[in-house]
Amino acid sequence: MDIVASLYERNNLTEIVKEAAKNIFIPLTVGGGIRKIEDIDAILRAGADKVAINTAATKTPELITKAAKRFGSQCIVGSIEAKRQNDGTWEAYTDNGRIRTGLDAIGWAKRLADLGAGELLVTSVDNEGTASGYDFDLIRKIAPHVPVPVIASGGAGKIKDFSRCVLESKADAVSCAHLLHYNETTIAQIKKHLAEERIGVRQTYG
Amino acid sequence: MDKNDKDKHNDKIITIVDAGLGNLGSVRRAVEHIGATPNLVSSPEGISQARHLILPGVGAFRDGMEGLRERGLIDPIRDYAKSGRPLFGICLGMQMLFSQSEEFGEWDGLDLIPGRVVGMEPVERVNLPGYKVPLIGWNSIKPARDGAWRGTFLGSTTPGTEVYFVHSFFAKTKMPEDVLAVQEYGGQTMCAAAKRRNVMGTQFHPEKSGEVGIAMLSAFCGLP
Repeated sequence: MDIVASLYERNNLTEIVKEAAKNIFIPLTVGGGIRKIEDIDAILRAGADKVAINTAATKTPELITKAAKRFGSQCIVGSIEAKRQNDGTWEAYTDNGRIRTGLDAIGWAKRLADLGAGELLVTSVDNEGTASGYDFDLIRKIAPHVPVPVIASGGAGKIKDFSRCVLESKADAVSCAHLLHYNETTIAQIKKHLAEERIGVRQTYG
Repeated sequence: MDKNDKDKHNDKIITIVDAGLGNLGSVRRAVEHIGATPNLVSSPEGISQARHLILPGVGAFRDGMEGLRERGLIDPIRDYAKSGRPLFGICLGMQMLFSQSEEFGEWDGLDLIPGRVVGMEPVERVNLPGYKVPLIGWNSIKPARDGAWRGTFLGSTTPGTEVYFVHSFFAKTKMPEDVLAVQEYGGQTMCAAAKRRNVMGTQFHPEKSGEVGIAMLSAFCGLP
Protein backbone atom coordinates (compact mmCIF):
# COMPACT_ATOMS: atom_id res chain seq x y z
CA MET A 1 0.00 0.00 0.00
CA ASP A 2 1.33 3.41 -0.89
CA ILE A 3 -0.24 5.01 2.16
CA VAL A 4 0.58 8.59 1.28
CA ALA A 5 -0.29 8.37 -2.37
CA SER A 6 -3.35 10.54 -1.94
CA LEU A 7 -1.45 13.01 0.20
CA TYR A 8 1.35 13.42 -2.31
CA GLU A 9 -0.92 12.82 -5.31
CA ARG A 10 1.32 10.18 -6.76
CA ASN A 11 0.60 7.10 -8.83
CA ASN A 12 3.77 5.10 -9.46
CA LEU A 13 2.41 1.80 -8.38
CA THR A 14 2.00 -0.02 -11.68
CA GLU A 15 5.71 -0.60 -12.22
CA ILE A 16 6.21 -1.90 -8.71
CA VAL A 17 3.15 -4.11 -9.09
CA LYS A 18 4.39 -5.54 -12.40
CA GLU A 19 7.71 -6.53 -10.87
CA ALA A 20 6.21 -7.85 -7.66
CA ALA A 21 3.53 -9.84 -9.46
CA LYS A 22 6.07 -11.71 -11.61
CA ASN A 23 6.86 -14.24 -8.95
CA ILE A 24 3.86 -14.09 -6.67
CA PHE A 25 1.33 -16.87 -7.04
CA ILE A 26 -0.97 -15.95 -4.17
CA PRO A 27 -3.50 -13.11 -4.22
CA LEU A 28 -1.98 -9.64 -4.37
CA THR A 29 -3.89 -6.61 -3.11
CA VAL A 30 -2.63 -3.14 -3.99
CA GLY A 31 -3.71 0.15 -2.51
CA GLY A 32 -2.73 3.79 -2.37
CA GLY A 33 -4.04 6.68 -4.36
CA ILE A 34 -6.62 4.78 -6.35
CA ARG A 35 -9.03 7.46 -7.44
CA LYS A 36 -10.91 6.24 -10.48
CA ILE A 37 -11.90 3.22 -12.57
CA GLU A 38 -8.93 3.70 -14.90
CA ASP A 39 -6.55 3.44 -11.93
CA ILE A 40 -8.11 0.15 -10.89
CA ASP A 41 -7.91 -1.19 -14.42
CA ALA A 42 -4.22 -0.26 -14.66
CA ILE A 43 -3.34 -1.87 -11.33
CA LEU A 44 -5.21 -5.08 -12.13
CA ARG A 45 -3.61 -5.29 -15.54
CA ALA A 46 -0.21 -4.80 -13.93
CA GLY A 47 -0.82 -8.00 -11.99
CA ALA A 48 -2.77 -7.21 -8.84
CA ASP A 49 -5.80 -9.34 -8.01
CA LYS A 50 -7.50 -6.82 -5.77
CA VAL A 51 -7.33 -3.12 -5.03
CA ALA A 52 -7.75 -1.45 -1.64
CA ILE A 53 -9.50 1.91 -1.64
CA ASN A 54 -9.87 4.36 1.25
CA THR A 55 -9.77 8.09 0.45
CA ALA A 56 -11.52 7.94 -2.92
CA ALA A 57 -14.37 5.91 -1.44
CA THR A 58 -15.04 8.53 1.21
CA LYS A 59 -15.16 11.24 -1.44
CA THR A 60 -17.08 9.33 -4.12
CA PRO A 61 -18.70 6.22 -2.61
CA GLU A 62 -20.23 5.35 -5.99
CA LEU A 63 -16.72 4.47 -7.17
CA ILE A 64 -16.96 1.30 -5.05
CA THR A 65 -20.22 0.27 -6.68
CA LYS A 66 -19.02 1.05 -10.19
CA ALA A 67 -15.79 -0.81 -9.59
CA ALA A 68 -17.54 -3.83 -8.08
CA LYS A 69 -19.88 -4.03 -11.07
CA ARG A 70 -17.06 -3.70 -13.56
CA PHE A 71 -14.38 -5.88 -11.95
CA GLY A 72 -16.33 -7.97 -9.46
CA SER A 73 -16.59 -7.26 -5.74
CA GLN A 74 -13.93 -9.86 -5.00
CA CYS A 75 -11.49 -7.33 -6.53
CA ILE A 76 -12.50 -4.43 -4.32
CA VAL A 77 -11.24 -4.15 -0.75
CA GLY A 78 -12.75 -1.30 1.25
CA SER A 79 -9.99 0.13 3.42
CA ILE A 80 -10.90 1.93 6.65
CA GLU A 81 -8.58 3.77 9.02
CA ALA A 82 -10.38 4.10 12.32
CA LYS A 83 -9.38 6.37 15.20
CA ARG A 84 -10.95 6.33 18.66
CA GLN A 85 -12.88 9.41 19.69
CA ASN A 86 -13.48 10.68 23.22
CA ASP A 87 -17.07 9.52 23.21
CA GLY A 88 -16.13 5.87 22.68
CA THR A 89 -16.88 5.83 18.97
CA TRP A 90 -14.40 5.62 16.10
CA GLU A 91 -14.09 8.07 13.26
CA ALA A 92 -12.91 7.13 9.77
CA TYR A 93 -9.74 8.89 8.63
CA THR A 94 -7.95 9.12 5.33
CA ASP A 95 -4.40 9.90 4.26
CA ASN A 96 -2.77 7.61 6.82
CA GLY A 97 -4.79 8.69 9.80
CA ARG A 98 -4.34 12.37 9.04
CA ILE A 99 -7.59 13.69 7.62
CA ARG A 100 -10.93 13.35 9.39
CA THR A 101 -13.94 12.38 7.31
CA GLY A 102 -16.63 12.98 9.90
CA LEU A 103 -17.86 9.45 9.20
CA ASP A 104 -18.53 6.97 11.96
CA ALA A 105 -16.06 4.19 11.17
CA ILE A 106 -18.40 1.35 12.10
CA GLY A 107 -21.26 2.72 10.02
CA TRP A 108 -18.90 3.46 7.17
CA ALA A 109 -17.58 -0.10 7.19
CA LYS A 110 -21.10 -1.48 6.87
CA ARG A 111 -21.83 0.99 4.10
CA LEU A 112 -18.72 -0.04 2.17
CA ALA A 113 -19.94 -3.62 2.24
CA ASP A 114 -23.38 -2.49 1.05
CA LEU A 115 -21.81 -0.46 -1.74
CA GLY A 116 -20.12 -3.58 -3.08
CA ALA A 117 -16.73 -3.99 -1.43
CA GLY A 118 -15.91 -7.70 -1.34
CA GLU A 119 -13.64 -7.46 1.69
CA LEU A 120 -12.86 -4.88 4.33
CA LEU A 121 -9.43 -3.95 5.62
CA VAL A 122 -9.89 -2.30 9.01
CA THR A 123 -6.85 -0.52 10.43
CA SER A 124 -6.64 0.96 13.89
CA VAL A 125 -4.90 4.33 13.60
CA ASP A 126 -4.29 4.39 17.35
CA ASN A 127 -2.66 0.98 17.59
CA GLU A 128 -0.79 0.81 14.32
CA GLY A 129 2.96 0.64 14.86
CA THR A 130 2.61 0.36 18.63
CA ALA A 131 2.75 -3.44 18.94
CA SER A 132 0.27 -3.13 21.79
CA GLY A 133 -2.31 -5.40 20.23
CA TYR A 134 -5.12 -4.95 17.72
CA ASP A 135 -8.04 -2.70 18.60
CA PHE A 136 -10.08 -5.74 19.55
CA ASP A 137 -13.23 -3.73 20.30
CA LEU A 138 -13.14 -2.02 16.92
CA ILE A 139 -12.86 -5.28 15.03
CA ARG A 140 -15.53 -6.92 17.21
CA LYS A 141 -17.94 -4.14 16.31
CA ILE A 142 -17.45 -4.68 12.59
CA ALA A 143 -16.50 -8.24 11.66
CA PRO A 144 -19.58 -10.13 12.87
CA HIS A 145 -21.88 -7.47 11.45
CA VAL A 146 -20.86 -7.39 7.82
CA PRO A 147 -21.39 -10.13 5.22
CA VAL A 148 -17.89 -9.84 3.82
CA PRO A 149 -14.51 -10.96 5.19
CA VAL A 150 -12.82 -8.48 7.50
CA ILE A 151 -9.05 -8.24 7.68
CA ALA A 152 -7.82 -6.75 10.94
CA SER A 153 -4.84 -4.45 10.81
CA GLY A 154 -2.82 -2.32 13.18
CA GLY A 155 -1.10 -3.15 16.44
CA ALA A 156 -0.17 -6.82 16.37
CA GLY A 157 2.54 -7.12 19.02
CA LYS A 158 2.66 -10.70 20.16
CA ILE A 159 1.62 -14.07 18.88
CA LYS A 160 -1.45 -14.26 21.10
CA ASP A 161 -2.84 -11.10 19.48
CA PHE A 162 -3.53 -13.06 16.31
CA SER A 163 -5.65 -15.76 17.89
CA ARG A 164 -7.39 -13.25 20.14
CA CYS A 165 -8.35 -11.16 17.13
CA VAL A 166 -9.90 -14.18 15.43
CA LEU A 167 -11.53 -15.81 18.45
CA GLU A 168 -12.72 -12.73 20.36
CA SER A 169 -13.09 -10.08 17.67
CA LYS A 170 -14.23 -12.51 14.98
CA ALA A 171 -11.77 -11.24 12.42
CA ASP A 172 -11.78 -13.35 9.26
CA ALA A 173 -8.16 -12.52 8.63
CA VAL A 174 -5.33 -10.85 10.47
CA SER A 175 -2.43 -8.83 9.19
CA CYS A 176 0.82 -7.49 10.54
CA ALA A 177 3.85 -5.60 9.40
CA HIS A 178 6.06 -4.53 12.29
CA LEU A 179 6.40 -7.98 13.79
CA LEU A 180 7.61 -9.49 10.56
CA HIS A 181 9.69 -6.60 9.34
CA TYR A 182 11.75 -6.59 12.48
CA ASN A 183 12.06 -10.37 12.57
CA GLU A 184 10.43 -10.64 15.96
CA THR A 185 8.46 -13.56 14.75
CA THR A 186 7.92 -15.48 11.57
CA ILE A 187 4.85 -16.36 9.55
CA ALA A 188 5.46 -20.00 10.38
CA GLN A 189 5.40 -19.27 14.13
CA ILE A 190 2.18 -17.28 13.83
CA LYS A 191 0.52 -20.05 11.81
CA LYS A 192 1.69 -22.69 14.26
CA HIS A 193 0.08 -20.75 17.09
CA LEU A 194 -3.17 -20.28 15.17
CA ALA A 195 -3.30 -23.99 14.34
CA GLU A 196 -2.74 -24.81 18.03
CA GLU A 197 -5.73 -22.60 18.84
CA ARG A 198 -7.70 -24.66 16.27
CA ILE A 199 -8.06 -21.72 13.92
CA GLY A 200 -8.13 -22.79 10.29
CA VAL A 201 -5.08 -21.45 8.56
CA ARG A 202 -3.08 -22.61 5.56
CA GLN A 203 0.10 -24.19 6.84
CA THR A 204 3.29 -22.79 5.34
CA TYR A 205 5.45 -25.23 3.48
CA GLY A 206 9.18 -25.39 4.21
CA MET B 1 9.99 -25.63 -7.85
CA ASP B 2 13.57 -26.57 -8.73
CA LYS B 3 15.49 -25.78 -11.89
CA ASN B 4 14.74 -29.16 -13.45
CA ASP B 5 10.99 -28.60 -13.28
CA LYS B 6 11.31 -25.30 -15.04
CA ASP B 7 12.87 -26.97 -18.05
CA LYS B 8 10.37 -29.81 -17.97
CA HIS B 9 7.91 -28.22 -20.31
CA ASN B 10 10.53 -27.10 -22.80
CA ASP B 11 8.57 -24.08 -23.98
CA LYS B 12 5.50 -26.22 -24.72
CA ILE B 13 2.72 -23.94 -25.95
CA ILE B 14 -0.24 -23.65 -23.61
CA THR B 15 -3.21 -21.84 -25.10
CA ILE B 16 -5.25 -19.57 -22.87
CA VAL B 17 -8.68 -18.31 -23.89
CA ASP B 18 -8.78 -14.52 -23.84
CA ALA B 19 -12.45 -13.52 -23.95
CA GLY B 20 -12.68 -10.57 -21.58
CA LEU B 21 -13.08 -12.97 -18.69
CA GLY B 22 -10.87 -11.36 -16.10
CA ASN B 23 -7.24 -10.94 -15.28
CA LEU B 24 -5.31 -13.38 -17.46
CA GLY B 25 -2.01 -12.10 -16.15
CA SER B 26 -1.74 -14.53 -13.28
CA VAL B 27 -2.52 -17.56 -15.45
CA ARG B 28 -0.10 -16.37 -18.10
CA ARG B 29 2.66 -15.82 -15.55
CA ALA B 30 2.03 -19.19 -13.94
CA VAL B 31 2.44 -20.90 -17.33
CA GLU B 32 5.71 -19.00 -17.88
CA HIS B 33 6.88 -19.89 -14.40
CA ILE B 34 6.65 -23.61 -15.14
CA GLY B 35 8.69 -23.21 -18.31
CA ALA B 36 5.90 -23.34 -20.88
CA THR B 37 4.91 -20.65 -23.37
CA PRO B 38 1.50 -19.04 -22.94
CA ASN B 39 -0.48 -18.24 -26.07
CA LEU B 40 -3.49 -16.00 -25.50
CA VAL B 41 -6.16 -16.49 -28.14
CA SER B 42 -9.57 -15.01 -28.83
CA SER B 43 -10.33 -16.49 -32.23
CA PRO B 44 -11.77 -19.83 -33.43
CA GLU B 45 -8.49 -20.57 -35.26
CA GLY B 46 -6.50 -20.01 -32.12
CA ILE B 47 -8.67 -22.52 -30.27
CA SER B 48 -8.55 -25.16 -32.98
CA GLN B 49 -4.75 -25.01 -33.16
CA ALA B 50 -4.30 -25.51 -29.43
CA ARG B 51 -2.83 -28.67 -27.97
CA HIS B 52 -3.49 -27.67 -24.33
CA LEU B 53 -6.27 -25.22 -23.58
CA ILE B 54 -6.95 -23.27 -20.39
CA LEU B 55 -10.27 -21.48 -19.94
CA PRO B 56 -9.90 -18.94 -17.11
CA GLY B 57 -12.76 -16.84 -15.81
CA VAL B 58 -13.74 -14.38 -13.15
CA GLY B 59 -17.14 -12.77 -12.82
CA ALA B 60 -20.69 -13.69 -13.71
CA PHE B 61 -21.65 -16.79 -15.72
CA ARG B 62 -23.80 -14.90 -18.18
CA ASP B 63 -21.03 -12.42 -18.96
CA GLY B 64 -18.55 -15.26 -19.32
CA MET B 65 -20.68 -17.16 -21.85
CA GLU B 66 -21.50 -13.91 -23.65
CA GLY B 67 -17.77 -13.20 -23.96
CA LEU B 68 -17.32 -16.58 -25.65
CA ARG B 69 -20.39 -16.18 -27.83
CA GLU B 70 -19.39 -12.71 -29.08
CA ARG B 71 -16.09 -14.10 -30.29
CA GLY B 72 -17.61 -17.21 -31.82
CA LEU B 73 -15.68 -19.45 -29.45
CA ILE B 74 -18.43 -21.73 -28.11
CA ASP B 75 -18.41 -24.26 -30.95
CA PRO B 76 -14.61 -24.18 -31.40
CA ILE B 77 -14.16 -24.98 -27.69
CA ARG B 78 -16.72 -27.79 -27.93
CA ASP B 79 -14.98 -29.18 -31.03
CA TYR B 80 -11.62 -28.92 -29.29
CA ALA B 81 -12.97 -30.91 -26.34
CA LYS B 82 -14.52 -33.53 -28.64
CA SER B 83 -11.14 -34.09 -30.23
CA GLY B 84 -9.84 -35.40 -26.92
CA ARG B 85 -7.26 -32.70 -26.31
CA PRO B 86 -6.88 -31.53 -22.68
CA LEU B 87 -9.08 -28.64 -21.54
CA PHE B 88 -8.71 -26.96 -18.12
CA GLY B 89 -11.31 -24.55 -16.73
CA ILE B 90 -10.47 -22.26 -13.81
CA CYS B 91 -13.13 -20.82 -11.50
CA LEU B 92 -15.83 -19.36 -13.77
CA GLY B 93 -14.04 -21.18 -16.57
CA MET B 94 -14.75 -24.47 -14.81
CA GLN B 95 -18.37 -23.51 -14.21
CA MET B 96 -18.82 -22.78 -17.91
CA LEU B 97 -17.86 -26.37 -18.72
CA PHE B 98 -21.19 -27.46 -17.27
CA SER B 99 -24.71 -27.58 -18.74
CA GLN B 100 -26.44 -24.65 -17.04
CA SER B 101 -26.01 -22.09 -14.30
CA GLU B 102 -28.67 -20.54 -12.12
CA GLU B 103 -26.62 -17.43 -11.39
CA PHE B 104 -28.87 -14.37 -11.83
CA GLY B 105 -31.16 -16.27 -14.20
CA GLU B 106 -30.90 -19.50 -16.15
CA TRP B 107 -27.99 -19.71 -18.57
CA ASP B 108 -26.58 -22.39 -20.82
CA GLY B 109 -22.96 -23.42 -20.47
CA LEU B 110 -20.65 -25.37 -22.77
CA ASP B 111 -22.30 -28.62 -21.66
CA LEU B 112 -19.04 -30.56 -21.69
CA ILE B 113 -19.61 -31.98 -18.21
CA PRO B 114 -23.27 -32.74 -17.39
CA GLY B 115 -24.41 -30.75 -14.40
CA ARG B 116 -25.67 -27.46 -13.04
CA VAL B 117 -24.02 -24.51 -11.35
CA VAL B 118 -25.96 -23.59 -8.22
CA GLY B 119 -25.62 -21.03 -5.45
CA MET B 120 -24.18 -21.56 -1.99
CA GLU B 121 -26.66 -21.38 0.87
CA PRO B 122 -27.34 -17.73 1.73
CA VAL B 123 -25.80 -16.43 4.96
CA GLU B 124 -29.20 -16.03 6.64
CA ARG B 125 -29.92 -19.72 6.25
CA VAL B 126 -26.64 -21.03 7.63
CA ASN B 127 -26.22 -20.49 11.32
CA LEU B 128 -22.46 -20.89 11.40
CA PRO B 129 -20.15 -18.14 12.63
CA GLY B 130 -17.72 -16.92 10.03
CA TYR B 131 -19.83 -18.22 7.13
CA LYS B 132 -19.76 -15.53 4.47
CA VAL B 133 -20.71 -15.58 0.82
CA PRO B 134 -18.83 -15.37 -1.47
CA LEU B 135 -16.11 -17.58 -0.09
CA ILE B 136 -12.99 -15.49 -0.55
CA GLY B 137 -10.12 -17.34 0.96
CA TRP B 138 -8.30 -20.59 1.49
CA ASN B 139 -9.99 -23.90 2.01
CA SER B 140 -8.78 -27.46 1.89
CA ILE B 141 -9.66 -29.97 -0.79
CA LYS B 142 -10.01 -33.74 -0.54
CA PRO B 143 -10.41 -36.51 -3.11
CA ALA B 144 -14.05 -37.21 -4.00
CA ARG B 145 -13.37 -40.93 -3.57
CA ASP B 146 -10.38 -43.00 -2.55
CA GLY B 147 -7.74 -42.81 -5.23
CA ALA B 148 -9.73 -40.30 -7.28
CA TRP B 149 -6.67 -38.15 -7.90
CA ARG B 150 -4.41 -40.89 -9.20
CA GLY B 151 -3.39 -40.24 -12.80
CA THR B 152 -4.92 -36.76 -12.86
CA PHE B 153 -3.49 -33.25 -12.51
CA LEU B 154 -4.02 -33.74 -8.75
CA GLY B 155 -1.93 -36.90 -8.76
CA SER B 156 0.87 -35.32 -6.70
CA THR B 157 -1.34 -33.14 -4.51
CA THR B 158 -1.62 -34.05 -0.84
CA PRO B 159 -5.25 -34.53 0.31
CA GLY B 160 -6.20 -31.66 2.61
CA THR B 161 -4.07 -29.17 0.71
CA GLU B 162 -5.35 -25.62 0.99
CA VAL B 163 -6.12 -23.69 -2.15
CA TYR B 164 -7.60 -20.26 -2.88
CA PHE B 165 -11.27 -19.85 -3.66
CA VAL B 166 -13.36 -16.86 -4.72
CA HIS B 167 -16.94 -17.88 -5.47
CA SER B 168 -20.58 -17.96 -4.46
CA PHE B 169 -21.70 -20.61 -6.94
CA PHE B 170 -20.47 -24.15 -7.39
CA ALA B 171 -20.98 -27.03 -9.78
CA LYS B 172 -23.29 -29.96 -9.06
CA THR B 173 -22.26 -32.73 -11.44
CA LYS B 174 -24.88 -35.07 -12.84
CA MET B 175 -22.51 -38.04 -12.54
CA PRO B 176 -20.83 -38.45 -9.17
CA GLU B 177 -17.72 -39.88 -10.84
CA ASP B 178 -17.13 -36.52 -12.56
CA VAL B 179 -16.36 -34.91 -9.20
CA LEU B 180 -12.62 -35.02 -8.64
CA ALA B 181 -12.16 -33.01 -5.43
CA VAL B 182 -14.48 -31.64 -2.77
CA GLN B 183 -14.35 -28.86 -0.20
CA GLU B 184 -16.41 -28.35 2.93
CA TYR B 185 -17.77 -24.88 3.63
CA GLY B 186 -20.71 -23.70 5.71
CA GLY B 187 -21.84 -27.26 6.26
CA GLN B 188 -21.95 -27.89 2.51
CA THR B 189 -19.83 -30.37 0.59
CA MET B 190 -19.09 -28.78 -2.74
CA CYS B 191 -17.31 -29.77 -5.91
CA ALA B 192 -13.88 -28.14 -5.90
CA ALA B 193 -12.53 -29.87 -9.01
CA ALA B 194 -14.18 -31.89 -11.75
CA LYS B 195 -12.96 -34.14 -14.53
CA ARG B 196 -14.67 -35.95 -17.35
CA ARG B 197 -12.02 -37.61 -19.53
CA ASN B 198 -10.03 -34.79 -21.18
CA VAL B 199 -12.22 -32.00 -19.80
CA MET B 200 -11.31 -30.86 -16.31
CA GLY B 201 -11.37 -27.84 -14.07
CA THR B 202 -10.97 -26.33 -10.63
CA GLN B 203 -13.37 -24.07 -8.78
CA PHE B 204 -10.34 -22.63 -6.97
CA HIS B 205 -7.52 -20.64 -8.55
CA PRO B 206 -4.39 -22.78 -8.91
CA GLU B 207 -2.49 -19.72 -10.14
CA LYS B 208 -3.29 -18.02 -6.81
CA SER B 209 -2.67 -21.00 -4.57
CA GLY B 210 1.07 -20.81 -4.28
CA GLU B 211 3.39 -23.64 -5.14
CA VAL B 212 0.77 -26.39 -4.77
CA GLY B 213 -1.34 -24.69 -7.42
CA ILE B 214 1.61 -24.19 -9.73
CA ALA B 215 2.30 -27.92 -9.42
CA MET B 216 -1.26 -28.69 -10.58
CA LEU B 217 -0.90 -26.47 -13.63
CA SER B 218 2.44 -28.08 -14.33
CA ALA B 219 0.79 -31.51 -14.20
CA PHE B 220 -1.91 -30.36 -16.60
CA CYS B 221 0.70 -29.03 -18.99
CA GLY B 222 2.49 -32.37 -18.75
CA LEU B 223 -0.54 -34.21 -20.12
CA PRO B 224 0.07 -35.56 -23.64
